[in-house]
Amino acid sequence: MSAMPAAPEGTPPDGAAARRPLPPRPRNEWRAAVRPAIISLVSIVIVFGGLALWITSSAQWPRVQLQFFNLDAMIAAFPRVLQGFWVSMRIWLTALLCIGLWALVLAVVRSLRSPWFTPFRLMVVVYIDIFRGIPVLLLVLLFGFGIPALNLPGLPNSGLFWGSVAMVLSYSAYVAEIYRSGIDAVHEGQWAAAKSLGLSEWQTMIYAVLPQALRNVLPALMNIVVALQKDVALLSVIGVRDAVREAQIYTAQTFNYSSLVVAAGLFLLATIPMARLADYVTRKDRERRLQRAG
Amino acid sequence: MSIPRIAIDGVTKYYGQTLVLDEVSLDVAPHEVVCLIGASGSGKSTLLRCINRLVDFDHGEIRLDGISVEDAQFGHTGLQKRIGIVFQSYNLFPHMSVLDNITLAPRKVHKIAREAAEARARELLGLFGMAEHALSYPEQLSGGQQQRVAIMRSLATRPEVLLLDEVTAALDPELIGEVLRIIRQLKDEGMTMVIVTHEMGFARDVADSVCFLEGGRILERGDPKTMFAAPQNERTEKFLQRIIEAGRL
Repeated sequence: MSAMPAAPEGTPPDGAAARRPLPPRPRNEWRAAVRPAIISLVSIVIVFGGLALWITSSAQWPRVQLQFFNLDAMIAAFPRVLQGFWVSMRIWLTALLCIGLWALVLAVVRSLRSPWFTPFRLMVVVYIDIFRGIPVLLLVLLFGFGIPALNLPGLPNSGLFWGSVAMVLSYSAYVAEIYRSGIDAVHEGQWAAAKSLGLSEWQTMIYAVLPQALRNVLPALMNIVVALQKDVALLSVIGVRDAVREAQIYTAQTFNYSSLVVAAGLFLLATIPMARLADYVTRKDRERRLQRAG
Repeated sequence: MSIPRIAIDGVTKYYGQTLVLDEVSLDVAPHEVVCLIGASGSGKSTLLRCINRLVDFDHGEIRLDGISVEDAQFGHTGLQKRIGIVFQSYNLFPHMSVLDNITLAPRKVHKIAREAAEARARELLGLFGMAEHALSYPEQLSGGQQQRVAIMRSLATRPEVLLLDEVTAALDPELIGEVLRIIRQLKDEGMTMVIVTHEMGFARDVADSVCFLEGGRILERGDPKTMFAAPQNERTEKFLQRIIEAGRL
């Protein structure tokens, strides 16, 4: 037998408010949801199909296809371009690591406040001015051709090494400024709190400021990561056998440009996921900030 | 007469061309609680920050137990160990848990082993009713809880003096009580405190003496009940009048 007191008629026993009949649902709900999707699809097919038809039906299309989208040439060039691409990605990862660390050193030195660091702060300012002001390509040429030609004793002599050094030096100037903006964005009260607890300036930087600063600038850094991924192709001009160089070699032998399209495709395969990741990190960061503000 | 815990002796401080402290002198006896009151810009916060050298002053001397705070024997961290400060905006480290916030200075500055530092931190958390929040992060806590953590952080090295800089000014009214309770608790344990506050009711309740500052000078010092009832200085009277009109006393 139920111990529950008799509910008044029409009231459900779970105590919820008396149920009234639901208002009529809008009919054809699925149609309302599906219709825009179908329209989009049809529109895409019409526009892109039309464009494709127009392009491929033009008189010059077979020549374009032969030069840029020649399947046989693509297959023939693929193994070597892929090998070159692997070189590109290894340069990218190594440079990334070096830039991340070197730029951090630059940014920290520039942000330290003690008067003893003045000469070092000055050096960093000059460094950033110089390396941000010179085109990367010029630096790559200067380092990649110039330094190996000096035959400096005890130093590596490869264009690959010195070209990468040029990339690292140049990118570090930008990344150092990004780090520094993150350091500057850490509230003054954090410095006051750390100082009043007896932390030295260095300890304040390591334990209190940098962890917050790095989190602040993560989205900006992700964009640099993507940009660097493509810019390693600049090293091809000094003869590094990366994806672009390998594709060029094939082109020079066959007068067919499909190998370059293969290289382009490989770069897109790498950069588009990185760009999506960057978007994701940016979105997460914004959510975190909004949460904190709210 | 015994030496004061803190002796401020003719301290003058300029920010650029602006005189913010004008030959201020003030003695604070051991276990005494002194409240600094006055309008914004009267120099009370700056005076507080001069005591632990968060701000350097231009002339005069401040002594802790008879020894100048600028004396080399304090080194870089000796003064900070013996004088704690709590700020209006808590200034907790947002990327660290409550426990890490409290143990950072003992471990990294004073080289206390992690176990000992954490034991002290948990003792403080228990004492102030926040034991269950040891692993929380600041943003998960209310303003009142954050300020309590900030107070515990400043107490981690067992300082003899605590400086409180408008510690309730950023709090919602219903959260002020829990912070004031802790301060009262500390007074009962004999902590020497210098408190900058706009909570006149609290000042009257907890302070052994109140100093009214204006234009970088202490215009009047007295025990709170006498001073609030019958201020001697007409500037003090005017200030208190405004406070009463604002409903804060």
